[in-house]
Amino acid sequence: MNLDPMECDLAVIGCGIAGMAATMFAVNRGLSTCQVGSPREIGFASGLLDLLGIHPISEAKPWHDPWAGLDALVRDVPQHPYAKLNKSDIRAAFDELLEFLKSAGLPYSRHPEYNSSIITHIGTMKTTYGVPETMWKGVEAFEQKKPCLIVDFTSLKGFNAGLIVNRLKPSWPGLCAARIDFPVNRLMAEVLPEHMANTLATPNNREQLAQLIRPHVNDVEFVGIPAVLGLYRPTDIASDISQRVGVPVFEISTMPPAITGLRLKEAFERGMGEKRAHYFPRNHVTGVKHEKTGRFKVSIGPDNVSQTVLSKGVVLATGRFIGGGLHGDRTNIRETLFDLPVYQPETRTKWHRVDFLDRRGHLINQAGLETDDHFRPLASNGRPAFETLFAAGSILAHQDWKRMKCGAGLAVATAFGAVRAFVDHFRSKNYVSK
Amino acid sequence: MKTQVLIIGGGITGTGLARDLALRGVECILVDKRDINAGASGGNHGLLHSGGRYVATDPVAARECHEEGELLKHLAPQCIEDTGGLFIAVEGDDEKYIADFPSLCAQCGIPIQPMDPEQAREIEPALSEKVIAAYSVQDAAVDPFMLSLENLSHAQELGVKWLSHTKVRGFEIRNSRIRSVRLEYTQTAEEVAIEADIVVNAAGAWAGLVAGLAGIPIHILYSKGTLLITQSRITRRVINRLRPASDADIVVPGGVVSIVGTTSIRIDDPDDAYPTIKEVDLIIDDAKVMIPALDKTRYVRAYCGVRPLFGSAEGDGDRSVSRGFTVMDHGGQGINNFITITGGKLTTYRLMAEKTADLVCQHLGVSKPCLTRTKPLPASHHDRWTEPALAPKVWLKDHGRDDVILCECEMVPKSVVDSIIDSIHQYGGKADLHSIGLRSRIGKGPCQGTFCGPRVMSYLFDRGELSADQCLQSLRDFARGRWKGLHSILWDQQLKQVELLEAMECGMLGLELKEE
Repeated sequence: MNLDPMECDLAVIGCGIAGMAATMFAVNRGLSTCQVGSPREIGFASGLLDLLGIHPISEAKPWHDPWAGLDALVRDVPQHPYAKLNKSDIRAAFDELLEFLKSAGLPYSRHPEYNSSIITHIGTMKTTYGVPETMWKGVEAFEQKKPCLIVDFTSLKGFNAGLIVNRLKPSWPGLCAARIDFPVNRLMAEVLPEHMANTLATPNNREQLAQLIRPHVNDVEFVGIPAVLGLYRPTDIASDISQRVGVPVFEISTMPPAITGLRLKEAFERGMGEKRAHYFPRNHVTGVKHEKTGRFKVSIGPDNVSQTVLSKGVVLATGRFIGGGLHGDRTNIRETLFDLPVYQPETRTKWHRVDFLDRRGHLINQAGLETDDHFRPLASNGRPAFETLFAAGSILAHQDWKRMKCGAGLAVATAFGAVRAFVDHFRSKNYVSK
Repeated sequence: MKTQVLIIGGGITGTGLARDLALRGVECILVDKRDINAGASGGNHGLLHSGGRYVATDPVAARECHEEGELLKHLAPQCIEDTGGLFIAVEGDDEKYIADFPSLCAQCGIPIQPMDPEQAREIEPALSEKVIAAYSVQDAAVDPFMLSLENLSHAQELGVKWLSHTKVRGFEIRNSRIRSVRLEYTQTAEEVAIEADIVVNAAGAWAGLVAGLAGIPIHILYSKGTLLITQSRITRRVINRLRPASDADIVVPGGVVSIVGTTSIRIDDPDDAYPTIKEVDLIIDDAKVMIPALDKTRYVRAYCGVRPLFGSAEGDGDRSVSRGFTVMDHGGQGINNFITITGGKLTTYRLMAEKTADLVCQHLGVSKPCLTRTKPLPASHHDRWTEPALAPKVWLKDHGRDDVILCECEMVPKSVVDSIIDSIHQYGGKADLHSIGLRSRIGKGPCQGTFCGPRVMSYLFDRGELSADQCLQSLRDFARGRWKGLHSILWDQQLKQVELLEAMECGMLGLELKEE
């Protein structure tokens, strides 16, 4: 079955943070926008918005001031996607994103000029930039080393309050741990964070949880618990629980798929609402053609019910290997939709280091699409492959987001740059044609 | 510490020897610088050879394999899946070799049955359409970890003392005898001395290094063999390529997976062996001629073992060196209570142990005969968790409310981890991610430790097995260990898997940033 083609200004392919952000920027600029892809992977996001934590990775050098880090990065790695943007662009992109998430019911906090440290589920400290508001009290408690109780649940595997406390206690003596049975679902040995979050949407269940926590709150000023404080309105739920417990309760990230990642997906979807012209989650692009008119004809599966979108431009935000934007076989890495040239090591023997934790990082992580200054992927002749094809996010070459701790920032900033380039392109064209 | 016999090396030879001696009433201590099967005993196909592979090059080894293989099927059935095997040739293979094969087998007393190529493809549909000759043989699959653990378990029941992570540092030699052996517990750096009447060096690829500490030169060649594990089982039987022994010509079922290999590459240092991309590509490109599905199937891991080859290679390289074994009494070299056992095969381990134990008993004046030829290897039940799909079966049948699954790929519940920790303690060992991985399916499924690693680590902390700092180092070591087997097979699905692994362990947890 073939449905009538739909028309729009911009088609965004990909539903990760880059795709979601690109759609958000496009919608905010009044573009009719269509988005397609599977939002499954964003569920694996941590929900933390990294900007830049480490550079250079070979020295594992941390940056408390990510903006100063950016200066160093752009100087040392001029091909890094961040180098195609001004710091003011990156700030503007973050501001717009956080504003959007706030209005969608998912407020974030940050030190605008500095990175923050948050506790992970096994007691390492992670440097990040944008922190869900429900975790922010944890940042403050850590900074001031306030007396703090960390709680875990018997039914939640891999989150260990005792381990967290033992690891951090030398530098944070006021920490203590407690383990409780998560209420309501006590008959089940194992409860997923998503189910716990749904359980806590009900005030009565929150009271039960608070009652279990309260006996452990002796002389502490904060309580940290796994991030399960509701999928929706987490800030309200956090302050409600805090009141019931008697001290501020903050969230600590859990193993993926984490509720903090799911909240991002939900917030993007809710915030965009009807503003998107078309949204095809759980669908994939089966093919894209560039027509003589300059428009892209995007075919959207599943194969038996295909739909077609005609768009003036495309933002390719299909991610790397997990997202499916890149594919590696035994001999090389290719881009899956347009077969664009992929910058990559010359042979598979150079993709990965023999030591997983090699300080220099794996070369395959630097592979990806090379673009011009307007985020247009280059063809093999070194010129943009198409006038209005843009790329954003982790598919871009010359970055190692996992080691540099810059994943979300890269996604958001390059999506901002790609959408702006598209808008500029049409403005100048319209101007010329008039 | 004092004992009659100190055995160095906890591979299949050392554990087999410990059991053999214990059955004759001899007191033993068994040590390994790492853990059970850390060398070639753990890095092989898990093939109980019919002997067919060696008929042309090494008739003695071929005959031994056949006899020992049949014996083990009766004595240790719990460790063996009697799959049967095929030797198959494809278009272009050496026709003279094919023609000579039946008579060579007959000369070694190895029973084979000729089979129509069509019929072979019917019973093994994965075989290539280009099969031109097929013979069925008595190959079988054996779980080498279970075999060593069962031997150790029985030996311990009989009084053998087992010390893992205990490395030989030196020998004190006086009047042509080793008076004591200096060892180090590698996890605590404590030293210990053991006085033994006889010292047996069963250190496999490391036998030359151990003998060197006693001033005895032994020339050992290190031959690395790399193998690949598929995500699902490709054939029911063991499939051998009917040609002179070469790379990538054996596919062995291992429970729910198949194991493909192997290469034979000379290396200089047995401690620096890992599978390379070149080897992996070579194995796949070669093996797919026999079984085309091996070109596109998903591989979950590669691993390698270092074969200790004794003697010198001539002509065809390492494959022409005998796969037979040698028991050396170093009396002739000036140490009267020192024996080295080296070479051999997994299939012939029992015979190797018997011959070595005979020599040890001769020295000790013990006249008791070997019992391992007739006495079945008792099933200990400690060691069964290496068997694929067993943990989920037991869990589904009966599990307590709190018995959560810690490894979701292979469905290993908490209760199984508990029983493994108990048995590690019973052996006097230390429970960490590595030692638990060795004794179970944890970390062996498609996620390769991404999710089960932190979960099991967290559980080990709860049980007090690991301190907070040891936890993270254990997680790092575990990830590094798994990576050794992953980095050469990273394309397609596994490439996605490790992207997730790195996102979690580096992106989120920052494990690469600071080592404890």
